[in-house]
Amino acid sequence: MSDFYHSVRLDSEKCRGCTNCIKRCPTGAIRVREGKAHIIKERCIDCGECIRVCPYHAKSAEYDSLEEIHKFKYKVAVPAPALYGQFNNLDDVDYVLTALKKLGFDDVVEVAKAAELVSDATRKLFEQGILRKPVISSACPAVVRLIRVNYPNLIEHVVPLTSPMEVAGGIAREKARKETGLSDEDIGVFFISPCPAKITALKSPVCLEKSNLNGAIAIKDIYPALVHEMNHLTETQPIKDSGVIGVGWATGGGEANSLLKDNCLAADGIDNVINILNELEDEKLPDIDFIELNACTGGCVGGALTYENPYVAKARIKRLRKYLPVSCNRLDTVDVPDNMFWHKTLVATDVMKLADTVPEAMRKMAEKREILDKLPGLDCGTCGAPSCAALADDIVRGFASEKDCVFMLRDQLSGIDRELIPAPYRAKEKDE
Amino acid sequence: MSEAIKLHYDVDGRDFTRAGEASGKIKKTLKDIGFPPEIIRNTAIAVYEAEINLVIHAGGGEIDVEIAPDYVEVILTDHGPGIENVELAMQEGYSTAPDQVRALGFGAGMGLPNIKKYTDEMKIDTVLGEGTVMTLKIYVK
Repeated sequence: MSDFYHSVRLDSEKCRGCTNCIKRCPTGAIRVREGKAHIIKERCIDCGECIRVCPYHAKSAEYDSLEEIHKFKYKVAVPAPALYGQFNNLDDVDYVLTALKKLGFDDVVEVAKAAELVSDATRKLFEQGILRKPVISSACPAVVRLIRVNYPNLIEHVVPLTSPMEVAGGIAREKARKETGLSDEDIGVFFISPCPAKITALKSPVCLEKSNLNGAIAIKDIYPALVHEMNHLTETQPIKDSGVIGVGWATGGGEANSLLKDNCLAADGIDNVINILNELEDEKLPDIDFIELNACTGGCVGGALTYENPYVAKARIKRLRKYLPVSCNRLDTVDVPDNMFWHKTLVATDVMKLADTVPEAMRKMAEKREILDKLPGLDCGTCGAPSCAALADDIVRGFASEKDCVFMLRDQLSGIDRELIPAPYRAKEKDE
Repeated sequence: MSEAIKLHYDVDGRDFTRAGEASGKIKKTLKDIGFPPEIIRNTAIAVYEAEINLVIHAGGGEIDVEIAPDYVEVILTDHGPGIENVELAMQEGYSTAPDQVRALGFGAGMGLPNIKKYTDEMKIDTVLGEGTVMTLKIYVK
């Protein structure tokens, strides 16, 4: 699949071409053209901000329906720990996991379990001293994508480990193969996802040859059916295999805490993430060992495909953790196993560059600054770009014209009525 | 050869929360042009340090930038107290920053040494009681 596959989608029937999403997009990836929003796919990081902000629900994410799982003989659910924060009065994760089986899955492998292994692997890499500090977590795919698009300098700080979602997918697949003897085509592994970025990550993996997962189902989509099953459960099965550390990954700071180190920083919410990345880029955080960044407010519980308010979910996760052991999973090898590392190195994309060569880019930059001087500086968004600077940028790239600015157009039109009157009969202008 | 791009910023000496604004904008411009990452980083760090100095020691000043395909030149001008002993100020750990500034995490005496470290050329013209002009140059190799 293309490097620029995205799970965030626009329903153009519902889109009214307002300015809400273009203003909110952290990478300036949306423009309104001919009355409809368009996503510039090279710039989109699938953070889901536009899904949250759209008042007409025209933005959505592409994910699988529960029916999809029946295409496979053996079906495994791989739920994100954020799922556990969606339910009121939950004191045992096995209610959720057993209910998933009732919905048609043959097995359930928790992402929280894999998260404990990733935490252990990160601790090992720290001990081995091979990571470039400050180390940046690779768990949030929207953040990884943001770094590729906007922060090429920071790429080598990103932990080269696969995400808990992929590790869990690998465990699920391996287990299914062993237990059933079925071949890979007959085993369907489905992620229960809190966000569109994770779906993009499994549909179009950046640092893996192929994902271990076959598809993804949104938490908000499976929620009603799951609640129904949970309410009708007579007994639970002992499925859960994760502790405080694994479940803690659902909320901001969970991963950082799991490393048991003093100098860790955790930031959540895309604006805060950008602030931290800017500071990192200028080497203003020299004393920090590890940085956990989550694009969504509150961490994964704040994902655009969750049902519950992130703060409520966070409180519930905290309560749930009380009854759990610290951790249930450790790597049984001295070194981190090869299959937990990325198969490919992360590479920067240069989608924001003005031109291929510096002199040409400088010429465009000079032109852009001239145009920007003429624009009103209101950042009203009426032209379809999020700001006057973005419009100026679009103009020098050849995607827009000065006439797209209503104020520039008004100034041009205001002279026309005058032009229509023959010169001798024109009223005198003040400066004439 | 394309013409050099010139940028000008006024740095407010009273507002600590805005210190770093100019260096941030300069970094953004260099990024958009597509300069090599190390040029962007070196310029951003050096100019940030110098900008902070304008705020801490000089009550603000002006920053003029000239960007050409093969170099970035930054001139910082202030009308502050001037630097009494440039040689001493260039030593790591030497600082004349007041306590309230140190309380904010600045004034470790690494400003000027860091600027030197991240630039190819650094020139300081200072007159006591009149002000300082610092010229920085970073070459694109």
